[in-house]
Amino acid sequence: MSEDIKLNIKVWRQKNNKSAGGFETYPVNANEHMSFLEMLDVLNEDLVNQKKEPVAFEHDCREGICGTCSLVINGQPHGPNAGTTTCQLHMRHFKNGETIVVEPYRAKAFPVLKDLVVDRSAFDRIIQAGGYISVNAGQAPDGNAIPIGKNKAGKSFESAACIGCGACVAACPNGSAMLFTSAKVTHLGLLPQGEVEAERRTEAMVAQMDKEGFGMCSNIGACEAECPKEIKLDNIAFMNRSYFKAVFGGELE
Amino acid sequence: MKWLTTFFGSSIGKKLLMSLTGLFLILFLLIHLIGNLQLLKNDGGMSFNIYAKLMTTNPLIKFISYGNYFFILLHAFIGISLALYNRTAKGQKYAVAANNNTTWASKNMALLGTLILAFIFIHMGDFWLKMKLDQLPMVTYPGIEGEIKDLYFSVNETFKQPLFVGLYVIGMIILAFHLQHGFQSAFQTLGINHKKYTPIIKTIGLAYAILVPLGFAIIPIWHFLMK
Ligand code: HEM
Ligand code: SF4
Ligand code: FES
Repeated sequence: MSEDIKLNIKVWRQKNNKSAGGFETYPVNANEHMSFLEMLDVLNEDLVNQKKEPVAFEHDCREGICGTCSLVINGQPHGPNAGTTTCQLHMRHFKNGETIVVEPYRAKAFPVLKDLVVDRSAFDRIIQAGGYISVNAGQAPDGNAIPIGKNKAGKSFESAACIGCGACVAACPNGSAMLFTSAKVTHLGLLPQGEVEAERRTEAMVAQMDKEGFGMCSNIGACEAECPKEIKLDNIAFMNRSYFKAVFGGELE
Repeated sequence: MKWLTTFFGSSIGKKLLMSLTGLFLILFLLIHLIGNLQLLKNDGGMSFNIYAKLMTTNPLIKFISYGNYFFILLHAFIGISLALYNRTAKGQKYAVAANNNTTWASKNMALLGTLILAFIFIHMGDFWLKMKLDQLPMVTYPGIEGEIKDLYFSVNETFKQPLFVGLYVIGMIILAFHLQHGFQSAFQTLGINHKKYTPIIKTIGLAYAILVPLGFAIIPIWHFLMK
């Protein structure tokens, strides 16, 4: 079994938020069973051994559920595989001898802090603006205690799969956060516990999203194509409907 | 009224204006095409000239046409300002371009739109201005009261020139690409995305994006070849 692969990693290096960055290329000897992040760990060990500054990148769960890992790999957020986070992307999907270009997410609302690390706190502020249910919704209710249609429950569950990674913003040529925001609005707005304040939530989250300086949606669909959790554009349509309803149907406070 | 200004200042509010004005223009183009097809009739331009007179004198149609000019300008103004805003919101571009299956048109709506706007100005200079400035010869038809302007003459003169025929055909290709993305996008913006209806909207949208510009483009080609 030949499992070792030699790669050249062309990676974005940037000292801090103020400095201008640039690409550096490093050779890496990896194993095809490694994840992309493990490959970067190997690169960083090499760099530390050479008394060089390791490449800063974000990671946490390494099992595709936390949304901390990011990276734009050969032009694609989370790399070439559909429905896969960077931490779940394995090196067997790359060719021996290949040069892989690794860049940070690009969007004005996601400024680069260092190397591949960007500041995604704008997402936190969108959640703080309304991505919650105001009352204590209690423990997980007994099955069928709250009647809810199967399709609605299923749709809400699909939207809830969003891990807030920001790949949608990174993929969007406009730097728009509509897919992320709409996934939250749809997830909470479809369930009985969240439906009560759906309109107020949508208004508040959209207002915060605009305030953060994200771009506007041109319905291009790059977000949907790159989302590791396969969140669909119909979430955005749901949010638009909810927003129109809030603005034109809602009371004046 | 603060709620309304807040709405039209929001990203979704601006997109709603793009969608509604775009859909209005789509409806207008269809009616415009039906009128223009009179040019293909072999009656020396009679039905076309009568149609042109109706379009420029009927008060209701005049009212709608002023709305139409306003909507084109509004659509263009918001469209260009959105595109400029979006460019700064993206900031730095990637070193490697992504190869996901998005359409070229969807990423170049402002470029396509600006070219359409330039086309509209040329087009208005060709025919609309001539109609307004009374530079046209007059004709009379049996059964029609008085003299009417011979716009057909002007159309014929223009489409004798290969340059103009080419310009009009290129203009329609640009329009087709704008509509390829725009038609279905307008419905998504309105919040209409449904497993039953979206495939139908997309099919009609594609058919419209091909057939309507094609219908417009046939006219200069036909005039060039037949006259
Ligand atoms: C007769 C001509 C035109 C028609 C029928 C038309 C139609 C449309 C439609 C239906 C949309 C989709 C709206 C949406 O996504 O919600 C659109 C988008 C757009 N149009 Fe036009 N349009 C026309 C002319 C123009 C002109 C003159 C401009 C000038 C710049 C323009 C610029 C744009 C832009 C930038 C967008 C994309 C907006 C976005 O999604 O961010 N269009 N158009
Ligand atoms: S919608 Fe998808 S790409 Fe965007 S933050 Fe959620 S999981 Fe990430
Ligand atoms: S590290 Fe948690 S999703 Fe990748």
